[in-house]
Parts: sequence; C-alpha cells; structure tokens
Amino acid sequence: MQWYAVMEKKHFNDFISEIAKGQKVVAPVAKGYHQFAFEEVTSGDQISLNYIPTILPPKKYFMPQNETIATYDTSKGQNMKRVVEYEELVLFGVHTCDLAGIQCLNIAFSEHPKDINYNIRKSKITIIGYECNSYCDEYASCKLVHNHLPKGGYDLFFTDLENGKFIIHPHTLLGEKLIRKLAFIKKADESDIKVLDALRERKRKIFAKNEVPIEHEKIPELFDKAYDSKVWDELGKQCLACGNCTNVCPTCYCFDILDELNLDLKTGRRYRKWDSCQNEEFAKVAGGESFRSERASRQRHRYYRKFRYPIDKFSRFFCTGCGRCSRACMANINLKETLTKLVEEQGMKNPNAGDRG
Amino acid sequence: MKTLKLKDSEYEIKIGEIIRIKRLTALEKLFEIILPENVYLNHVPGQFVVLSRLGIGEAPFSISSSPTKLCSFELVIRNVGRLTKALHDLDVGDKVGIRGPFGKGFPVHILEGSDLLFVAGGIGIVPLRSLINYAIDNRRDFGRVNILLGCNSPENMLFRNEFNKWSKRMDLNFECTVDRADPDWKGNIGVITSLIPGINLDPERTFALVVGPSIMYKYVIAELLKKGIYERQILISLERHMKCGLGKCGHCQINNLYCCQDGPVFSYDKIKNLKESI
Repeated sequence: MQWYAVMEKKHFNDFISEIAKGQKVVAPVAKGYHQFAFEEVTSGDQISLNYIPTILPPKKYFMPQNETIATYDTSKGQNMKRVVEYEELVLFGVHTCDLAGIQCLNIAFSEHPKDINYNIRKSKITIIGYECNSYCDEYASCKLVHNHLPKGGYDLFFTDLENGKFIIHPHTLLGEKLIRKLAFIKKADESDIKVLDALRERKRKIFAKNEVPIEHEKIPELFDKAYDSKVWDELGKQCLACGNCTNVCPTCYCFDILDELNLDLKTGRRYRKWDSCQNEEFAKVAGGESFRSERASRQRHRYYRKFRYPIDKFSRFFCTGCGRCSRACMANINLKETLTKLVEEQGMKNPNAGDRG
Repeated sequence: MKTLKLKDSEYEIKIGEIIRIKRLTALEKLFEIILPENVYLNHVPGQFVVLSRLGIGEAPFSISSSPTKLCSFELVIRNVGRLTKALHDLDVGDKVGIRGPFGKGFPVHILEGSDLLFVAGGIGIVPLRSLINYAIDNRRDFGRVNILLGCNSPENMLFRNEFNKWSKRMDLNFECTVDRADPDWKGNIGVITSLIPGINLDPERTFALVVGPSIMYKYVIAELLKKGIYERQILISLERHMKCGLGKCGHCQINNLYCCQDGPVFSYDKIKNLKESI
C-alpha cells in the first residue's frame, strides 16, 4: 500500500549525514550565481535545495562523459578485457524533469540490444526525487511535456510542505530501507497528506497553461508539418555548432567510441565519450560526405529527436522541459521560442492550451 | 569507482586472423579473415562488421564475400584514414578484432524465385558482391540475373578477374561502363544509368539491388521506376557512419531510423519519404 513519511526540516542535515555514512551521496550544490551542479556531499548544509536545473543533468552518473568499456595490452595480442565502471551512490534532490530524463535514458539503453554498461551502473544508483513547488525560471517547459508532477522513477520522493516538514514518498523497498531505521522520520498522518494535496492543487494552478501555446498531444502533428519550416534556417544562422545544448540535455545520449593508448604504447583502453549531433563531423562518413552538413539540419535533427522520433519509438517525448538547452545556448537559441514560432507558423496556436480551468 | 569484468557483451570482439591480402587498386586491399576455430561468421549479404585494432580504434566495413564461403570472409578496405592506414600495414597472420555481423542485409529468402537486377556504382560493388556471389552459388533459386557495374575509370575497377569470369558465364548478363576511359578500354563509356534502358526485364518479378555513392540513387531509382519495377522491389544499401552498430550512438541516424539496425539495406518504399535518406 502506498504510504508517506514525514520529517521535520531541522533533521535534514542529520538525514544526509546519516545516509552519507554508508554510501556516497551526490546532490545539487551551488556553483556561483544561478549555477548548480550535482556533487558529492557529506551533510545537508552543503546542498542547495532551492536550485534551478544543474549545469549537467544526472545523466553524468548513468552515462559518464568518459567511460572505459575495455582495457587491453597489445603486446599480448588483440585480446581485450571488457569492463563496467560503476559506483554505488545515492542521488539526492532530483527534480521531476530529471527523473523523466533518467527514465528516457533507461528506455533507450534497455531497448534491444541492451547496453550492459548502462544497466549495471543504473542498478547501483539510489534516486531521491525532490519536488519543485513552483517554476524554477522562465526557461522551463515541464508542463508542456507533462513532467511537472512526479510519475515514478525514484526510490524516495521529498516534497517541502512549507510548514517546516518534508513529506517523503517511499516508492521502492530500497527507498523504504533507507529511512526505516531513522528515528526522526515518522509515518505521515492525514493532516500531512492534506497539506500535500493542497500544495499539488496550488501547483496545478501555477502550472496551468502550457508554456508553449499548443496542446501536448498535438506536438507530433506540429513536427509532421514543420519539417521544411523557415524556423530551422533561422536557427541554422544563429547556431554556433558548439554542442552545449546536447551536452546539457538530460536525454541526449549520442556517443563516440575511441581508443587511447598509454605512453608505453602497449597498454590502453577503449572508451566511450559524449558526442553531439551538432558537430559537423558527427554524420560524416569515411569518404568525406557529411549527411547533415548544414547547421539548420543539425538543429532540426535535435528538435526531432526530442519531439517527433521518440514518439513512434518509445511513445514519449525526449524533451523533459528542464530548459537547460536554452540556458546553456551561447547564441540564445531558446526552445520555448522556437516551438512558439513553429506553432504560429503552422497555424496551430492555442493560447489556453493545457489549461483545464 | 569500481570495475567489474564482463564475460561477453555487445562491445566484445572476436579475434580474426588475416589469411590473405590482395591489393585491388592503388587505394584498396582485400583482406580474407578467419575466426578462431573456423567459427562461421554466418552473415547475410549486405551486413557489415565492425573491425578494430586495439590502440587505434574501430570502424564499420561491409562484408564483401558471400555466406556460401563458409570458413572465411572478405573485407575490402580503402586506405583513407588512421585505422585503414594501419590495416593496410598489416600482414598475413596478423590479428584484428571483429564485432558483428550487424544490420539488416538483403532479404535473400524473399528474393528466391525472382529475377535479380544488380546495379553497382563504384565501391558499391563491395557489399553487392556478397549477394552476387550468393546468387551465383545458389543459381537455381533465382530467375534471370543482370549485373550492371559503373566505375569512374578502369584503373579503379576492383575485382577485374571476377568480372571477367562473370562476363563469360552464360547464366547471367554482366555489363560494365566507365565514366572516363583509358586507351586500353574497349567497353561502354558513360554513367551507369545509361545501361538501364537497354535491359530487358519483367518488372513484376524483378528485384533491383542497388548500391553506390549517395548521388547515384536518385538517378538510378528514377530509371528503375521508368522500367516499371515496384518501389518495394528496389532494395538499396545506404552508407552512414555506423559507430556502435547497436542503434545507440546516433551517428548513422536517417531521420527516425538507425542505419546500423534498421538498415543498411532498405526497400525504396520505406525510405522514399525520409528527407535525410537519398
């Protein structure tokens, strides 16, 4: 049966220190003005609970920027040792947009042929979600893609009830085990649940309208119509092809596989590292032909990989609404603005989209 | 950070030994490779393997031999980059890493009983040769066989001896053209599309198997459609940069399709509306 626990906020430091005794805990930490990053913490006061999406999403723990997949010694022939690097850790403070991002990666890497490295890493990570009671900033579009409310993907989920208490939803046995022995965490009573319900009700009003004036279910149709849109040419002129947008995206998982020989020129490793479809080289073949040589076509590809292609393949959007691509873009390409332009161009504007009254 | 060893996975390589190397042109060499204990690669014509040299890297190569060749397989490698340069420096007896075979090849079981029209442009003959030799080795299973080959110049022609043998066979029709002739050339001169109108075929029972540079497809397919061949019976192999071979890394994507898993062989009706395809 679904149940909730409560913890007084004054025990937050104790909670983090307690779990950090047994395992590595990573959580959002302030990194200067309006910048946050998931980093290792040992006590609660290091954590920024009131944070906007971190520079890099939690995907860096599931699919590191640089991950050894094999090691070898070429003096002993062409044999290699296949390896998985993994880390047991507790990921604290994951917003609902990033929970959705992790779910997208889980799906992509579990699809046949399954990626063993990813799935082993994933199995070692405990996820503690943290609710946003309101918008983080103007870049977010989590309502549009239905990610503003929790829908699984966590072991524990914290909500600040704004009355000095956190309400905690234990979603898995793993999550339950983490809080079971802590004396300062108690079973929630009906009044706590009522506060949560009221908070969610308030949230529905805050996140009433879609951030882009189009109905959620009409987005695939928008993209069916907009393939030859002028908007892509505009983006192409703006884009610097730096790849920031794909690096910070919680669901961009394209990679390259490379070899690195040590200085002895005998031993080495095969590793994969993040790659970006925004790089000119990305779709280039050995003969020199590049199949997406224009920046406009590469930007379009990015949008279609978020809003159109995964609908057929995985029945969900691969945009989580976190807003990172817009925040990180040096050329001010803004996802919400791009979508709005497409919506207007295709005559699909609905100013009240999403608002159920 | 902890490390776990894996017994087997998608990135595991099999060790292949090079048993024969033949220089085909100034740029291309053919490598014949065997797997340990004569393990059968068991590929479908049109599939590819990912070949690697530890310390340098890995890259995809189409398999050029027919699966009817049981104990070994052949790759044709053009010397264009760091890895292919290193491969060209190898000798018989050297080892390479093999992953695969990957992808959807030509549906040989569906082709049975049909007439086959092969259209190969340039190094498109490399993967197509696998299916041509398969058809020759199982000649009874197929109807009429036409092979059209286009090449930019005679000195870039890859399998001269084999082409001579094909042209002498009575059970197939082999025609060849070059864009630019040299003084010794006695054959056709012109682009490959010029050979198609002259072919006598029954469009309903013909499958066209087309592999060549991306520029070629539009023109060849237009000629084939003029002949009345059904869109679903025009099978093409698309070249993209396959990296992982597992439909994950994203490099080979053609709109919503992954060339390495959904292809590289596609029927024309399935990709004609994909703007990134041809």
